[in-house]
Amino acid sequence: MRVNVTVNGEQRQADDVWEGESLLFMLRERLGLPGSKNACEQGECGSCTVYLDDVPVCACLVAAGQAHDRSVRTVEGLADGDRLDPVQEAFVEAGAVQCGFCTPGLVVAAHDLLNRVPSPSDPEIREALAGNLCRCTGYEKILDAVRLAASRR
Amino acid sequence: MDFLRPETLAEALELKAARPDAVPIAGGTDVMVELNFDHRRPAALLDLTRIPELREWSDGLRIGSGVPYVRIIDELGAQLPGLAMASRTVGSPQIRNRGTVGGNLGAASPAGDTHPVLLASDAVIEVASVRGTRMIPADEFYVGVKRNALEPDELIVAVHLAPAKGPQQFSKVGTRNAMVIAVCSFAISLFPEENRAGAAVGSAAPTPRRAVDAEEFLASTLDFASPKPLLDSVKREFGELVSRAASPIDDVRGSAAYRKHALAVMARRTLGWAWQELLGQKNGGGEHACA
Repeated sequence: MRVNVTVNGEQRQADDVWEGESLLFMLRERLGLPGSKNACEQGECGSCTVYLDDVPVCACLVAAGQAHDRSVRTVEGLADGDRLDPVQEAFVEAGAVQCGFCTPGLVVAAHDLLNRVPSPSDPEIREALAGNLCRCTGYEKILDAVRLAASRR
Repeated sequence: MDFLRPETLAEALELKAARPDAVPIAGGTDVMVELNFDHRRPAALLDLTRIPELREWSDGLRIGSGVPYVRIIDELGAQLPGLAMASRTVGSPQIRNRGTVGGNLGAASPAGDTHPVLLASDAVIEVASVRGTRMIPADEFYVGVKRNALEPDELIVAVHLAPAKGPQQFSKVGTRNAMVIAVCSFAISLFPEENRAGAAVGSAAPTPRRAVDAEEFLASTLDFASPKPLLDSVKREFGELVSRAASPIDDVRGSAAYRKHALAVMARRTLGWAWQELLGQKNGGGEHACA
């Protein structure tokens, strides 16, 4: 089937999409956006987190056809040209990135948190990132990064 | 595989009647896992996310089956504290943004988080087909492991759940706060005007299940109109009766013996919290007690 979807502000079209395919597969394999990562494929790890109509979701749990005529924003759509989003900058500066696999999902989840709650408490940060697994950092540097990004708003 | 995209409920019901093998998909948090892992290859997917009437609620309450958990928590929490508590324990923020009570009912897993609340709070499930509408009380809805009372041409349209008439509590055991399938869970809803309480267990029997003996014990033992502080013996007996209502199995998440024990503990504690809240209301304090 054909799926028409707005991705990072641009109207895109994907053809020959299998009806049981996930939005994540379509983004990575058909639309050339490998930023969202594919790991657990069951909503456990959060590394495929994207905005769907401004709401963060696991792209692996959205059927590609459900995104038809809707708007998706991936981690690739956060930066303004060469200028990183403040959340991305804070992740770099705080050392919140090690292997980097979980980073796109965490960046989108943190970005959404700071849009909703400009100065989140630590429990609010932990709760907001509870659906994103990181096996490298032990999370402390990630929490630092979110606090840093919040302090600069 | 076909991908069916109805824009109205009437259209969805016609499609389901013509294609009873079509699998409904809303938030996708169960269905997509089965597809991603090749556990299921349905002949068709029936996308319900474009049907506005499934994503609304009306006073009373009639909650559309496609309302995501996050909106129940944020917008209906004051009227439905028990359902909001259970919804808060579902998955992660990303899952709660997508997942729906309708999906919980469709999957009918014995471990589904909202089932004990729906049972304890006298929820009624509205299902529909081109043949008409049926209202199914929650305790007739779950008919077996991951099986519900739906006919092949029916869709879950709404959940009818009155705003709380008294204190409600929900408790769930798992290895962490987020992303946990319940080892076991428990819900209690007090109906002070009717001098009774609803109580139900999750993840501790082939289906979510009401603890009828425990409910009857509270109705015959407690004075809801002029409540006195709870005796420990009442809490213990209640916990025992709840535990006895369960028929759990040993599995990867926990042993049957552990589940029985944990249910008794959760039942005791949640009754204590709910009763404390009732005492506060009746004595003008209105304070919410903690542990």
